[in-house]
Amino acid sequence: MINIHKLSKVYTGKTVLEIDHLYIEKGSNFGLVGNNGAGKTTLFSALLDLIQPTTGYIENNTVKVSESEDWKSRTSAFIDETFLIGYLTAEEYFYFIGELRGQSKADVDTLLFKYDDFFHGEILGQNKYLRDLSKGNQKKVGIIAALIGNPEVIVLDEPFANLDPTTQIRLKKIIKNLAANPEITILVSSHDLMHVTEVCQRIVVLDKGEVVKDLATSQQTLKELEAYFTK
Amino acid sequence: MFRHFFTLQWKSFWRSASLTSGLFMKLFMGFWALWFAIMFTVAGMTVYEFIKERLHLDPLETINKFLIYWWVFDLIFRYVLQKMPIVNSTPLLLLPFSKNKIVCFALAKTVFSFFNLIHAFFFIPFSLILASNGYPAIDILLWLIALIALIYSNNFLNILLNKKDKLVFFVAVLLILSATLQYFEYFDSTVYTSLFFKSFYSTPFMVFVPILTLLVLILVSFTSFAKQLYLDAGVKTKYRTVKTENLAWLDRFGRTAIFLKNDVKLIKRNKRARSTILVSFLFLFYGLLFFTGTFKSYDNPVWTIFAAIFVTGGFLLSFGQFVPSWDSAYYPLMMSQNIKYKEYLSSKWWLMVIATLFSTLLASGYLYFGWDVYLAILVTSIYNIGVNSHIVLWAGAYVKTPIDLTSHKKAFGDKQAFNTKTLMLSLPKMVLPMLLYAVGYYLYSPNAGYILVAVVGIAGFAFKDKVFNIIERIYKSEKYKTLSAYKQKN
Repeated sequence: MINIHKLSKVYTGKTVLEIDHLYIEKGSNFGLVGNNGAGKTTLFSALLDLIQPTTGYIENNTVKVSESEDWKSRTSAFIDETFLIGYLTAEEYFYFIGELRGQSKADVDTLLFKYDDFFHGEILGQNKYLRDLSKGNQKKVGIIAALIGNPEVIVLDEPFANLDPTTQIRLKKIIKNLAANPEITILVSSHDLMHVTEVCQRIVVLDKGEVVKDLATSQQTLKELEAYFTK
Repeated sequence: MFRHFFTLQWKSFWRSASLTSGLFMKLFMGFWALWFAIMFTVAGMTVYEFIKERLHLDPLETINKFLIYWWVFDLIFRYVLQKMPIVNSTPLLLLPFSKNKIVCFALAKTVFSFFNLIHAFFFIPFSLILASNGYPAIDILLWLIALIALIYSNNFLNILLNKKDKLVFFVAVLLILSATLQYFEYFDSTVYTSLFFKSFYSTPFMVFVPILTLLVLILVSFTSFAKQLYLDAGVKTKYRTVKTENLAWLDRFGRTAIFLKNDVKLIKRNKRARSTILVSFLFLFYGLLFFTGTFKSYDNPVWTIFAAIFVTGGFLLSFGQFVPSWDSAYYPLMMSQNIKYKEYLSSKWWLMVIATLFSTLLASGYLYFGWDVYLAILVTSIYNIGVNSHIVLWAGAYVKTPIDLTSHKKAFGDKQAFNTKTLMLSLPKMVLPMLLYAVGYYLYSPNAGYILVAVVGIAGFAFKDKVFNIIERIYKSEKYKTLSAYKQKN
């Protein structure tokens, strides 16, 4: 589904990302871990064509992301708060995204109803602008908005950060359910090794922009990752 | 202690992300500051001669008469333009600074603001000339001190007035009303207010009135600021409960409605965007300067066109120049969605068209000055919709200043739209219709001038798609640059 080819990004002489080849299968559940500055967000930004790679390219379902916009209707993402519109209420924001992705109001309502327990009564009907919500609640809105319009590729950057324990557990369940659908490819990055190993079938470790480990998740993976990050 | 504050300020200035890109703008602002200082000095030195020799009036009396307008106008001007004294106080609260020191520093910073100093350039030379012309020096000095106290009162009033839009709006309307009444000689409020300003000169102890006022204002703003230095008081933003809005009536605009609904909310719910409405309202009155013949140099048919463009184009010019910067806070979202640029643009375009039509309707008050004046407004309104709306959006595509929607200061004074490309594009906005009119006017007749402007305006509609295509191409080719520019908040 996602094909990364000889991708690199250089900022003022400093290479922050250098991936020779990485292929992510359709329907897979892909986890990205690494310390700060490892290049996780840079990779996701390049995947969404928000930054221009210095060399190489990324293909999303055989479409080069920088050359066509065909991938956009099939792909959705939540990277950070710049994906939220601060002066809208949560409902208005969901409907706006829904309209952009060709969903009727009823479609959006159905989806919202499905994830009602994820919101924990703190999102809908709050009569607050998104900019006035707490960081954690903003994240909930962004994550669910990324599920609107039946996307085939879902990119979530650090979805577990800032969430309370209950919501983290619910989010893990949501991601696992989505992953069960062979049509949906999920890309998740995290600092929390436990969460990633629990949720993802494949985990790639980035360090200083390079792929240093590429693991199929098993019983041993968590230990292996912990060992890697301890040294 | 103050040394620490100064170094913090110094670093925040020189290390701000926008400095290098905005250096040209800083020079530009510096140039304007210098220009104003020189103009004020020249005015201060020559106004005495002018009033005495040309108008045969007493200079001090005449100036006193206008001081009330000057004072109120200064307050409004500050309210719109002067920045609040903000020290990034949250990280300082835990450090061993006394709170009073933080407040002191924040307030002291405003004392050296350009908005305070500029007045000295006028009043000091004027006072010197008064004194050298036989006015008693001590009295003039007291008068000057009283004025300085009034200016600084404005400075602190402005701080206290922060976020009281309605009150300031009320004062502005009062000012316009009283000026209009005076102009048409119904009621001259300056007769009474000039007595007050004159008393600084004639009654020595009156100088204590503004000085005491100033002291009280300083005290009040000091305590109100100190009180706000808690995380849950002033530093943290306050929440308001709001209602989810449907705006379903906009759905008749088809696909464009998706964005139109958002844009309406953008303007309704963000101070910075709302200020464009205020600007367009103020520009409605801009024509008064020209059509009343207040300024002789503007008493020229070609300048009428210049004024008329602003009368109906206030919103168009102030809103349009920041498309797409209005959406800078969530530009990555927009860029990762499948957005048709044309729908996005035409939403902004419709807003500008509706605002222009509405202004044209409101401007029917200019019928008072005759059909000819309103005709000028009508044809420029057509030109605004047909041509300027496109040019403004085109120029906006080159503007890469992120907009902080929640702050309402800097409505005009941003480093914003000023780069060479946008300056070049501003030429056809103003100069072209003036030229067109001049050609028709001088070659044939005044009406031919109007017709020419209107015809070009209507012809502009034909290029809508073409211009939108060009803008779309600019958006696409500048996408990465724009994204990274919007990331640099500050």
